[in-house]
Amino acid sequence: MNIIVLVKQVPDTSEVKINRETNTLIRDGVPSIINPFDMFAIEEALRLREKHGGKVTALTMGPPQAAEALKEAVSLGVDDVVLLSDRAFAGADTWATSYALSMGIRKIGQYDLVIAGKQAIDGDTAQVGPETADMLGIPFIAYIRKIEKVENDTMVVERMMDEGYDVVETSLPCLITVVKEINQPRVPSLKGKMKAKSLKVTAWSAKDVNADENKLGLKGSPTQVVRIFPPAPRGGREMLSGSVADQVAAVAKKLKEQSLI
Amino acid sequence: MDYLLTEEQLMIRDLARQIAVEKIVPVRAELDEHNKFPTDIMKAMAQADLMGLYIPEEYGGMGRGTLDFYIAIEEISKACLGVSTTYAANALGTYPILLFGSDEQKKKYLPDIAAGKKLVAFGLTEANAGSDASGIQTTAKLEGNEYVVNGTKQWITNGGEADIYTIIAITDKSRGPRGASAFVVEKGTPGFTFGKKENKMGIRSSSTTELIFNNCRIPKENLIAKQGMGFIVAMKTLDSSRAGVGSQGVGVAQGAIDECIKFAKGRVQFGQPVTSFQAVQHMLADMQTMTEAARSLVYNAARMIDSGAKDFSRASAMAKLFATDTAMKVTTDAVQVMGGSGYMKEYPVEKMMRDAKILQIYEGTNQIQRTVIGLDMVKEATRQK
Ligand SMILES: Cc1cc2nc3c(=O)[nH]c(=O)nc-3n(C[C@H](O)[C@H](O)[C@H](O)COP(=O)(O)OP(=O)(O)OC[C@H]3O[C@@H](n4cnc5c(N)ncnc54)[C@H](O)[C@@H]3O)c2cc1C
Ligand SMILES: Cc1cc2nc3c(=O)[nH]c(=O)nc-3n(C[C@H](O)[C@H](O)[C@H](O)COP(=O)(O)OP(=O)(O)OC[C@H]3O[C@@H](n4cnc5c(N)ncnc54)[C@H](O)[C@@H]3O)c2cc1C
Repeated sequence: MNIIVLVKQVPDTSEVKINRETNTLIRDGVPSIINPFDMFAIEEALRLREKHGGKVTALTMGPPQAAEALKEAVSLGVDDVVLLSDRAFAGADTWATSYALSMGIRKIGQYDLVIAGKQAIDGDTAQVGPETADMLGIPFIAYIRKIEKVENDTMVVERMMDEGYDVVETSLPCLITVVKEINQPRVPSLKGKMKAKSLKVTAWSAKDVNADENKLGLKGSPTQVVRIFPPAPRGGREMLSGSVADQVAAVAKKLKEQSLI
Repeated sequence: MDYLLTEEQLMIRDLARQIAVEKIVPVRAELDEHNKFPTDIMKAMAQADLMGLYIPEEYGGMGRGTLDFYIAIEEISKACLGVSTTYAANALGTYPILLFGSDEQKKKYLPDIAAGKKLVAFGLTEANAGSDASGIQTTAKLEGNEYVVNGTKQWITNGGEADIYTIIAITDKSRGPRGASAFVVEKGTPGFTFGKKENKMGIRSSSTTELIFNNCRIPKENLIAKQGMGFIVAMKTLDSSRAGVGSQGVGVAQGAIDECIKFAKGRVQFGQPVTSFQAVQHMLADMQTMTEAARSLVYNAARMIDSGAKDFSRASAMAKLFATDTAMKVTTDAVQVMGGSGYMKEYPVEKMMRDAKILQIYEGTNQIQRTVIGLDMVKEATRQK
């Protein structure tokens, strides 16, 4: 079973700061990590390989520093890595990113499954998984919390829902995104770390993956960020104080006044 | 501080630290409270290639040296001595095979040990044989192609959990110190059972049990080295692992310092953090200085072993002695620096203090270490005369 994992390098913080003039993330001085959801994707790919054999390839698009994320993937046990890095990719929105990744996947060639994280902790859109699947013309299932079985050319998975879960059967190849409930990521191995240390990551350019320059980077991005701002706090709240009994009585009174009970 | 570690040693340190932070710290209090064996943590360490760190590559290990192994022990010990005892005792049980085993024995056992598929225990101590190993009463009698083992081992770390046991038994009482031999006994061999699991003051996640042999028949091939070499195997094994107990001491001491300074910085009394009182600062200074001194002794002993030195008994004994006495003192003082909070189970230092005590007792009490050091000094002085 050949698996491709989509890995994004993100700033290690849940409170990203934004440059007011350029409307972009301030990354200076913030250490980079593999997007936490992608760690679950890598782990699941490694477990599938341990069960079914085959090969796991980690794919990322990013600046040259993103090679560090790929090295970390190797230290965890990934067999092969691909870095898409080219000025032409810069400034991409989710659409242009998905296009570049789908071209990278086509270039890698033979695969049975693509696994991505549910969302990235910096961008938070959850769009790249489904868009990439669409561009590849393969089935897509989001929010996978368990892979029940893989047999011949089909796979049965559990998709997490607000209440309960769906059991979904799909043909392969397909693309899934995973949630944190799916597994507990491993720590690297010493052999993996040593392999990662001596690894030279070579980047693929837009030309290497036969991408149409007009669909890449800023040029290929239909999204335009007009303004970024923190949402205004919702007003109209009232804080109650006093003993629990008093507060309950006050709530009951209000609800009665508004004929809600 | 720069300890002149190689790039690989730093890698091992980071890896062990990551396991400590991600896999051990979140569960250590629960393992301690409920006497729970750290099965999942051992699996994570196996997956990280840490179980076979010191085993040669030809037997499936990483072929690293003693210092590399001690660095891993130190990091794990910072988080939990119960887990690090389980990890270190695994090596203690492996050394007899590694140092004295035949090629067949090495091929048979070491790859599974290196992969973490099988855990190991070392069984020397008995009810009447603690510091005085010559008091052992477990016997192994050769009958045809088998040895028949009878007797009871006491307080054996990894008892019940390990798959492979290296034990010392008397094969010929009349030969005195030449009358004991070392054997491998596998779990599941008929006549081999386990006594009760001990309820301990500290290192409660580690398993400590009796090994009970009742007409237990093992194949002749399970003899390690030659008949009569049992005490030599035991002494060389303990020599090789002893300074590793020192690295446990360095680890728990450093762990306690890190915890208590974090707390004390935020603890305000008399309108200021307690770390602003010179009395507290001086305690912290002594704790860290002693711990650095202990670390130097341990790293020095490890480097001596790695350089191929023949006689490192004294260096190992001094490292074990000083580092574990330091661990006891430093963990006790860490509780003191935190005041009442240090005494409470909400914080990890009370556990560290309970755990540290065992380091002064097992693998030769610190009184016995002093005897080893003293006798060696006298021997040297006599030689020089
Ligand atoms: C939790 C735990 C785990 C253990 N794990 C293992 C294991 O995996 N394998 C194994 O084989 N054993 C193991 N042991 C046994 C351990 O090594 C012994 O407890 C230790 O060697 C001391 O023996 P003892 O407890 O019988 O003390 P004793 O020998 O009875 O000593 C009692 C006191 O007398 C002192 N003393 C004794 N003789 C002398 C002397 N000649 N000079 C000065 N003082 C002396 C000692 O220092 C000590 O203070 C373990 C013990 C414990 C508690
Ligand atoms: C089991 C237990 C039972 C207890 N029962 C009671 C009780 O019944 N009633 C009650 O009132 N309290 C009780 N206590 C609280 C106990 O009195 C305090 O824990 C103790 O006085 C230490 O204060 P602290 O814990 O706030 O430490 P802190 O005041 O935070 O002190 C931390 C460290 O700083 C040092 N330090 C603090 N101030 C100074 C200073 N000015 N100069 C130099 N060093 C300083 C201390 O020596 C200590 O090492 C109990 C505590 C325990 C553990």
